[in-house]
Amino acid sequence: MASTLIIESLRQQIASCEVQLRDLQRQLAEAEHSHQQQLQERKHQSAQTGTDPLAYDFTHGIHDDFKSEVYAALLHTEDVQPPPNRWPLEKNEYRRYGRQLIVPVIGLQGQLLLKGASVLIVGVGGLGCPAAAYLVGAGVGTVGLVDGDTVEESNLHRQILHSTSRVGMTKVESAMVALHSLNPNVKLIPHHGRLSPETAISTVQSYDLVLDCTDTPASRYLISDTCVLLGKPLVSSSALRIDGQLMVLNNPPLPPGNTAGGPCYRCVFPKPPPPDSVLTCGDGGILGPVVGVMGVLQALEAIKVLTRFTGASTNGAASSDSPSLLIFSAYSNPMFRAMRLRARKPKCAACSAQATVTLEALSSGSLDYVQFCGTVAPVDALSANERISVENYAKIRLEANPFTGSEPSKDSHILVDVREKVQFDICSLEGSVNIPFSIVERTPGFSLKSSGNIDGSGEETDWVSELRKHSDKPVFVLCRRGNDSQITVKRMKELGLDNGGQRWIGDIKGGLQAWRISIDADFPEY
Amino acid sequence: MAASKEDDTISITVEFSGGLEMLFSNERKLPLSIPAKDDTGARTNVAYLVNYLCENAMKDPKKELFVLDGTVRPGILVLINDADWELEGEEKYEVQEGDNILFVSTLHGG
Repeated sequence: MASTLIIESLRQQIASCEVQLRDLQRQLAEAEHSHQQQLQERKHQSAQTGTDPLAYDFTHGIHDDFKSEVYAALLHTEDVQPPPNRWPLEKNEYRRYGRQLIVPVIGLQGQLLLKGASVLIVGVGGLGCPAAAYLVGAGVGTVGLVDGDTVEESNLHRQILHSTSRVGMTKVESAMVALHSLNPNVKLIPHHGRLSPETAISTVQSYDLVLDCTDTPASRYLISDTCVLLGKPLVSSSALRIDGQLMVLNNPPLPPGNTAGGPCYRCVFPKPPPPDSVLTCGDGGILGPVVGVMGVLQALEAIKVLTRFTGASTNGAASSDSPSLLIFSAYSNPMFRAMRLRARKPKCAACSAQATVTLEALSSGSLDYVQFCGTVAPVDALSANERISVENYAKIRLEANPFTGSEPSKDSHILVDVREKVQFDICSLEGSVNIPFSIVERTPGFSLKSSGNIDGSGEETDWVSELRKHSDKPVFVLCRRGNDSQITVKRMKELGLDNGGQRWIGDIKGGLQAWRISIDADFPEY
Repeated sequence: MAASKEDDTISITVEFSGGLEMLFSNERKLPLSIPAKDDTGARTNVAYLVNYLCENAMKDPKKELFVLDGTVRPGILVLINDADWELEGEEKYEVQEGDNILFVSTLHGG
């Protein structure tokens, strides 16, 4: 079994490398092609400037004494810079950016501002991918990419720069491949690894504007503080499930203490949310186009800020004047709502005159953002005898009793799966019953009476009475990764479902993830 | 009850976004009639409304996901008629007939 797995894995790796190799070969061909074109263009230009001066026969016209000087002078022309370009953009750039050049808010002026600008994109995931694609497409001169993760298959439905063949590659490298083939004019700068207080200042320093495309509160505070200290405008966005939010912060990026500057992340959210209220895309889910819309909007806001000084857009005075929060809700009507935000907070820890977040504090590492935002400790609610490994549960489920010879029966116990219904419907173990954790959590404390007599919460207590009916059977609780199942076991015991200890209730360690790894490799991973 | 409604109660719309709707039976929009004055006879403000929502509209027992230390928990923005409540006087803002009050939980996914 193990060897077939290895063979299969090697086959997959070879296939993936072959695809990468083809991709690199294609890129090489493209690069060689454009190099060849540039050479020809240069040759063409020098051909136009006339015949080789050194081929001219001077023997009759110039005194021998001057010959060497003339030759030297003529030779020197090779080092002289070509005459200043008649046109501020390269020939190919007029064609490439033509459709946006003729939009009045951009124009030649705006295009030159974009070309001279540098943008740092922190996080090359669901937000960062579309944002980077549009900024690189638009011809922003320099784009930096920060990420410490590698591409996973579950990223691909929304992280549009990555591809099936590049699963396992770092996100930064994968994005560079895609972005380079999209627009080779743009200088791409890779920053491997997550942004940390130690690296933040040196990483952000040389850029004009920052996009926060990360997914944790700690990184959001770190990026905002860094932007305030270095005077960079920040376009911050986030998304989950079917909702998205967008803010342009520290805009205009005036020094801390200057009340005319735009508010920062800390002005809007002085205190971080409780860690257990923070949901990731991995746990909460995310619809691809939702996070895509938000990333595209970040690129748009960045373009607006970078080209703000062009004549055409000053009368619009677009995003800079009044800070706002854009709320996107895919299933609401209207889908977009803009909210007016506050100005800088007079006592803000980062951008006010009384700021405690300083360059020294940040770079010395004395600001611990992870601690500031808190972490969710892994659930460890049960004692060893309230838990069972997937291996042992598999024996109960699959093997005949060695002493009695009786066949295993699914009726011998109750298997409760506490994942939400939508997940249960994707895949479940045969014979398991679904009691979603959200319903377990909502079940009022000591419901001594069974059925729904507490303010209409009938469904919540139904499961309790149902379990009470079969009080002789042990209960095994299962979830996706083995956290909610532990809390559910505690809850069931609080509700007295273990008959004062007469009935065994326990959780299956590591949940369905462990089940797939150790018992049934075919069980879907999502 | 209906007869004295106009004087005693004010009609407002409360909305939830960013996942907060899950604490309120998945209702994103809640038309609400609340008392115009609190127990002390003072005009109803946002602090009163938050408490009122907790006690009357919230089915979920996890109150700490909405209120912490007597006020809306960190990470929730309160928007009164499309503006940050900081611009309107925060908790002390007196609720007016027809107001739209939106509670938004910040998202962090990306």
